[in-house]
Amino acid sequence: MNWSIFWEKNKTKLVFIIAILLLVAGIVTGQPQVVWTKASKICLECIGIG
Amino acid sequence: MDKKKRFWIQGIAALLQNANWKGFFTGKIYTGPVKTVCVPGLNCYSCPGAVGACPIGSLQNSLSGFRFKFPYYVVGILLFFGALLGRAICGFLCPFGFLQDLLHKIPFPGKRRTFKGDRALRYVKYVVLIGLVVVLPILIKLTPVYCKYLCPSGTLSGMLLSLSNRELFQVVGALFTWKVGVLSAVIITCLMIPRAFCRYLCPLGAWYGLFQKISVVKITLDKEKCTGCKTCLSHCDMYVDPSCQPNSAECIRCGACIHACPTKALQYSIKR
Repeated sequence: MNWSIFWEKNKTKLVFIIAILLLVAGIVTGQPQVVWTKASKICLECIGIG
Repeated sequence: MDKKKRFWIQGIAALLQNANWKGFFTGKIYTGPVKTVCVPGLNCYSCPGAVGACPIGSLQNSLSGFRFKFPYYVVGILLFFGALLGRAICGFLCPFGFLQDLLHKIPFPGKRRTFKGDRALRYVKYVVLIGLVVVLPILIKLTPVYCKYLCPSGTLSGMLLSLSNRELFQVVGALFTWKVGVLSAVIITCLMIPRAFCRYLCPLGAWYGLFQKISVVKITLDKEKCTGCKTCLSHCDMYVDPSCQPNSAECIRCGACIHACPTKALQYSIKR
């Protein structure tokens, strides 16, 4: 199989598959909780306090 | 795309991403379960209205932890949005993009769409993405470098918080002065140049730009209908030429070119 032709023809689908696999890996390892922990407190660096 | 339709879509998207309206009066941010989800556009999670997490802030937070863990979840979300919509997110869904569009409507001297050095400066956003969002947060632990020193969306959120939460701002120092300076510079530049922040500094725009050629939502050019009149270029706020590059990394898919094209050579299309 010529991988470069395969990639050219299916790159959007492949990126979606990679995205979904990463999302599932993230959810399984509890990363949404990490995102929530940061996002649910006022980020002092972000607003310029330090 | 009709400008009015896009304006309404942008407004509704900005309101939905900032639906915690009571936060603007209480000075407290939303802490519910929806904040586990990253929104597609640049919207600081410390904004009193924000109901979702900022993808750039979340990415930096994951990268700058004491022990490095690959941020599968945030990268997965960013890949998904990129492959689905590309920079149509900038044109339709990003609240900070909407703010820039509103700012550019204000009459101001020196308005222009391009200038000498415009092309070269557009590469700065890739340096911001790689340097300030990825590399430096990995090297300098617990410091979201982009959010801390550059992000104008965060400064704006801080200002909105300060209106109803005075205690928070009794300890402001040099960093806040610096960030207000950056925000002021961004505002003034956006008054003169349309979408100046998106063009030159936005790391999220740089990321989504990488997906323009493969995203599901695209703009297609019918070369047989195109007369090369460049009406599309003269209507483009991002100053890209869709008759040469309909899926340029700089195009925010606003559809101004599609609306302006006298021969209907440009169209939105869905990649199957």
